[in-house]
Amino acid sequence: MSKKLLLGDEAIAQAALDAGLSGVYAYPGTPSTEITEYIQGAPITAEKNIHSRWCTNEKTAMEAALGMSFVGKRALVCMKHVGMNVAADCFVNSAMTGANGGIIVVAADDPSMHSSQNEQDSRFYGDFAMIPFFEPSNQQEAYDMVYQGFEFSEKIGEPILLRIVTRLAHSRSGVEGKAQKPQNEISFSKDPRQFVLLPAIARQHNRELIAKENEFLKASEESPFNKYIDGPNKKMGIIACGIGFNYLMESYPEGCEYPVLKIGQYPLPKKQLAKLVEECESILVIEDGQPFVEKQLKGYLALGITVKGRLDGTLPRDGELNPDSVARAVGRENKQEFPASPIVEVRPPALCQGCGHRDMYTVLTETLKAEYPLHKVFSDIGCYTLGAGAPFYAINSCVDMGASITMPKGAADGGFFPAVAVIGDSTFTHSGMTGLLDCVNSNANVTIIISDNETTAMTGGQDSAGTGKIEAICAGIGVDKAHIRVVVPLKKNYEEMAQILREEIEYKGVSVIIPRRDCIQTLARKKKQQAKS
Amino acid sequence: MKKDIILSGVGGQGILSIATVIGKAALKKGLYMKQAEVHGMSQRGGDVQSNLRISDKPIASDLIATGKCDLIISLEPMESLRYLPYLNKEGWLVTNSTPFINIDNYPSEEDLKKELDKVPHKVVINVDDIAKEAGSARVANIVLLGATIPFLGIDYETMRQSVREIFERKGEAIVEMNLKALAAGKEIADKHLQ
Repeated sequence: MSKKLLLGDEAIAQAALDAGLSGVYAYPGTPSTEITEYIQGAPITAEKNIHSRWCTNEKTAMEAALGMSFVGKRALVCMKHVGMNVAADCFVNSAMTGANGGIIVVAADDPSMHSSQNEQDSRFYGDFAMIPFFEPSNQQEAYDMVYQGFEFSEKIGEPILLRIVTRLAHSRSGVEGKAQKPQNEISFSKDPRQFVLLPAIARQHNRELIAKENEFLKASEESPFNKYIDGPNKKMGIIACGIGFNYLMESYPEGCEYPVLKIGQYPLPKKQLAKLVEECESILVIEDGQPFVEKQLKGYLALGITVKGRLDGTLPRDGELNPDSVARAVGRENKQEFPASPIVEVRPPALCQGCGHRDMYTVLTETLKAEYPLHKVFSDIGCYTLGAGAPFYAINSCVDMGASITMPKGAADGGFFPAVAVIGDSTFTHSGMTGLLDCVNSNANVTIIISDNETTAMTGGQDSAGTGKIEAICAGIGVDKAHIRVVVPLKKNYEEMAQILREEIEYKGVSVIIPRRDCIQTLARKKKQQAKS
Repeated sequence: MKKDIILSGVGGQGILSIATVIGKAALKKGLYMKQAEVHGMSQRGGDVQSNLRISDKPIASDLIATGKCDLIISLEPMESLRYLPYLNKEGWLVTNSTPFINIDNYPSEEDLKKELDKVPHKVVINVDDIAKEAGSARVANIVLLGATIPFLGIDYETMRQSVREIFERKGEAIVEMNLKALAAGKEIADKHLQ
């Protein structure tokens, strides 16, 4: 078969399609979004009726995938690393139920936080749930792991986790595909209570899961993704996980002098690890993200073998790896020829000119500064988080999806006024609705702005689950209809917007203001597509 | 053959369209390729870059190491300077001269010129003006791409074919305009080298 030039994300998507996927379940999140988008755009998706519609959040995605597995079919779940926190309830429990049809959960980590609020390493989740997990070093491996992964998941009767990082997700390379497999037929578990996690059953499943540990370890020791590459210099042995291996090889184009254990499948292969430790005087661990392997090898008191890595400063403690940091760690520092130019300034991202969020923030900041100098604005995850920067400096918080609704509630519960929330439409349906119910039930004195651009803008304009339903959702949750106010964020409406804002801040209860105008980027894309067809 | 290329600019300027043309040409030549891109929050109006690596041997890292870059292609002059620590001694910098000013502390024209003058191997051109001469401001990227042809390690004819294939579905007039833009850029670089 010929090679296709694919992003890491696209390689995963293509592999899932080739492996007989019946449904992808996901909420958009950088750097995972392109997996689902690729599947949505593939001709086979429509032909074979493969489910690919966006989910409301990562938890609903994981649960729907488990339902597809329940009926014997193959499902892919995709999210960014922080999405794992949202999906965690179902994810961890899916290891307890086990899988019927194959499930692959893709967690796209973002070390260096190119587009995220933390650097959490999803390998900890795999370990926590006690299931096998995979970490590709390149796009071809990502393809191969997913292509074989569904069968493996079905063989061991457990979901598996694929952990990728931004540099793999968003890098293109040639990928060779494999033969198309058919989708599974509907079939059920022989055990009618497999998915019933009552304590008595769960205790039994837990013991069964623990009993599988040896099987998982054996699979890892025999895996083609874990490779022991011998080297003549035994002063050091190197464990290179995922894309860490590439950076190491970049420093040794002629082959590495030290023995290298390349890791792509977990749990860690004990046999090969023992060999490396036995033969080498010290160990260097090269892993992108947090020191997951290094910590396990070193032990808390570091009384055993000598292990170097992120914890002892051989590699930086935070941030993604790169060819320079790894070269330095093996004593082959890259030489800089030109100094950094002193005149280069930081160019931070900003809201687009003409964006409705701009109009919303203009009115909000002007009104609050002039009339409510003690105000605090709690915001959320999305384009509007850029209101934190120039020229608005409008927001006082951005923590996790939905926290913009519940944090002002807590502040208001504590007697603070005026507590204002700014959240986007997609984030609101993702995780804001339950918080709004809390607000309504305790009649919290909060003013919630749902800045509605009818899309999931930050990740590139995916469908938003609440489009056309936001007022109905708020009313259904119990917000007084008189205090659900819709405005069009345009300059000509500034006075009306300011007046509504004043009225709703003064109202002692839950009010929702919905400034609604199309995202200009999504609108432009839509128009382009319409012109084409 | 190995070319490590950094493409830079401001989010929305379209550096990825340049990468697409080079990438297609590299595949035509049967070369290995890796191309790391920036998506998501880091895009909007902020600085963007893409690492494009082409080689006749398999490529390990998706990212280019310090001091190893052969060619910086930039749609914006200040952004071209951002990646100087990556450039190798013999490396070339090809940049648009028109600043994209969306920050208050953007350096002065004089300082920009002074800094660019320090780079020994460079082509600095006003691609927007040349693009307009070629037919449309929208082909500015292709003008810049044309100016990199002497440094790419891929022959002109293959680059022309790549441009043709990428723009083919938009009609012959668009293809011709882009080929004209490519030629105009190449001509400037060739003149510069003489």
